[in-house]
Amino acid sequence: MSGGMVNFSAGEMVDGFLLEERLHQGGMANLWRVTHPEHRGPMLMKVPRIKGGEDPATIVGFEVEMMILPMLRGVHVPRFIAKGDFATRPYIVMEHIPGESLRPRLDAAPLPIDEIASIGARVATALHDLHRQHVIHLDVKPSNILFRPTGEAVLVDFGLSRHDHLPDLLDEEFNLPMGTGPYMSPEQVQFLRSEPRSDLFALGVMLYHLTTGQRPFGSPDSVRGLRERLYQQPVAPRRHRPDCPPWLQEIILRCLEVKADQRHPSAAHLAHDLLHPDQMPLTERATRDGAPSKLQTWRRWFSALGAEPSVRGTVGDQLKRAPIILAAVDVENAAEPLLDLLRETVRRLVATEPGARLACVGVMRINRIGMDELTDKAGQSLHVKQLVGLKHWARPIAQGLGLGTGLLTFHVLEAPDPAAAIVEFARRTQVDHIVMGARASSALRRYLGSVSSEVVAQADCTVTVVRVPLAQGEVEDS
Amino acid sequence: MKLALITDIHANREAFEACLEQAHLHGADRLAFLGDFVGYGADPGWVVEQVQDLVAQGAIAVRGNHDEAVARGPSDHLVEDARRAIEWTRGQLTPAQLDFLGTLPYTREDLGCLFVHANAYAPSAWDYILGRGEAVRSMMATEVRHTFCGHVHQPALYHLSSTGKIANFTPVPGVAVPVPGHRQWLALPGSCGQPRDGNPAASWAMFDLARLTLAFHRVPYDHDATAAKIIAAGLPRALGDRLHQGT
Repeated sequence: MSGGMVNFSAGEMVDGFLLEERLHQGGMANLWRVTHPEHRGPMLMKVPRIKGGEDPATIVGFEVEMMILPMLRGVHVPRFIAKGDFATRPYIVMEHIPGESLRPRLDAAPLPIDEIASIGARVATALHDLHRQHVIHLDVKPSNILFRPTGEAVLVDFGLSRHDHLPDLLDEEFNLPMGTGPYMSPEQVQFLRSEPRSDLFALGVMLYHLTTGQRPFGSPDSVRGLRERLYQQPVAPRRHRPDCPPWLQEIILRCLEVKADQRHPSAAHLAHDLLHPDQMPLTERATRDGAPSKLQTWRRWFSALGAEPSVRGTVGDQLKRAPIILAAVDVENAAEPLLDLLRETVRRLVATEPGARLACVGVMRINRIGMDELTDKAGQSLHVKQLVGLKHWARPIAQGLGLGTGLLTFHVLEAPDPAAAIVEFARRTQVDHIVMGARASSALRRYLGSVSSEVVAQADCTVTVVRVPLAQGEVEDS
Repeated sequence: MKLALITDIHANREAFEACLEQAHLHGADRLAFLGDFVGYGADPGWVVEQVQDLVAQGAIAVRGNHDEAVARGPSDHLVEDARRAIEWTRGQLTPAQLDFLGTLPYTREDLGCLFVHANAYAPSAWDYILGRGEAVRSMMATEVRHTFCGHVHQPALYHLSSTGKIANFTPVPGVAVPVPGHRQWLALPGSCGQPRDGNPAASWAMFDLARLTLAFHRVPYDHDATAAKIIAAGLPRALGDRLHQGT
């Protein structure tokens, strides 16, 4: 790659792209606003800065991004448009996501708790989508996060990322840990690049900063400094910010666990917690106050000595082990045999994966928004009644499997259209599998419509519909 | 331009047919065979006949150690099962077929790629590429950016950067891996007729020369039928059994 060929200037045409304006001059790359007669919409051209004598990670990182970005799909990444030849004229053209990155919000920290939870949930959702595509970002930080006008988080800069199905060009290349100092997970410090929960650690660092205005591990610039996070527990966020709710401290400190196995099993689980903090079990983390004692730190230091992070298989394997299962249960109307069969089906599903999370969902049918007074006494008690019914239904599953409270949650949705409410909930919480019952009587289905068939038609994920078989020769009620 | 790479067929007709069919479905424009057409399996005559036809139509083919052994007669340093299989195989082939195998080139350069059965540094000495050390030696021995080898029955992909860093990768079936020309690549498509990576499905790969991507593929075939033929032919039973396990 020769330096002369990559010094682009405004007004130049590159493979049909007109360079209009340089938007950003960074240490690693320049960003240009470009147009092309055959491509619509705002576009960005990213061109590596090659000056000679720079860190080879910059160059290989660009090669990595040129390899990975074209493989990615969906709203949580910029859409790939074109790339140049790496050897002669390297560049990537992608969709331009307007607006600022999350970086300026760091300066405004501490932020309101609601905003932190909303940012966290949206970023975790984006990370799960990325992990589902077999990619670990490995450089999650505010400047690499943007938001669409519709609210979804968009992850950018895949120069340090790893795709499970492609060669890792960075694996053997360098002798220093790769990442951004303050955000790097302990396993990255130890050269492990195959752990999706490294991204949860980085998100935890971000949430800590947004909550307290402080970095949990400072900004170390040496490997020795980076290694401190292998044994040094961060100061509890409540110490910096007394009004930090226990659930948020629980989430942040869980993200910052040294061992990846002690973090949330997937980004979807983390998003779920951030979206439903009232359903979260709190541990000792939630109430921790102040800095760890010298003895605690010494113990952690000792156990970190010579400890190697364990490799838990590919991103795909990890996600398979931590599915989110949604049981849609109509406790009010469904017949007992159907409820039993539904419970048994769900139990079998959950039993196969100890990392599975079960969300039990009921829907309270209300008329169009505004017509019902659900805040009144009757409404409240109906809601509670459904919740009690759901918990009672799930009791044998919880008991039989020893499901920790954290892996079992209950949700009563209030909506005019149960199918739409279930589908929307599943989408928002990144459910992998919906299980629900079908109305037994075809006459009822005819008059009321089939909720399950609507869910099957509309859901993004797997749907299992449970039906109690009629006895042979039995005639349906009409 | 899509080039299908099939190697180590080892007289396994069912696996060979399955790979050819899938290569055709995936739009292969040309075929390259990396040697070891015979040995172990029960259909050497049929396999060599097909390969002769395909080579006449433009397919690339190089010589493997089993092909050489069959053409020359077995040497002493082969393991017992392999030697018995080779003696039996010689009896199944016509003189013209033996001559075809015996005159195949050790290496072939075409389409900007190097095709060789064992490695680029000593093609006729049959050293295996078992790790990064042999892979570097092979890549250093050629200027070509893309080398394709057989001999090793497990699929693998090695790459060497311009700064001399080597890495390897176990391919995921069906994924098109970018293999740009500013790096050197050494690809082992894995064995068609006797896979040994624990997956009994036949292995092959497709190189897309326009996009510069390489996809490794696995295709299931009726290995029960193949194993039954091996046993019926009086060949060592183990040669049939291992096909069920892919070992």
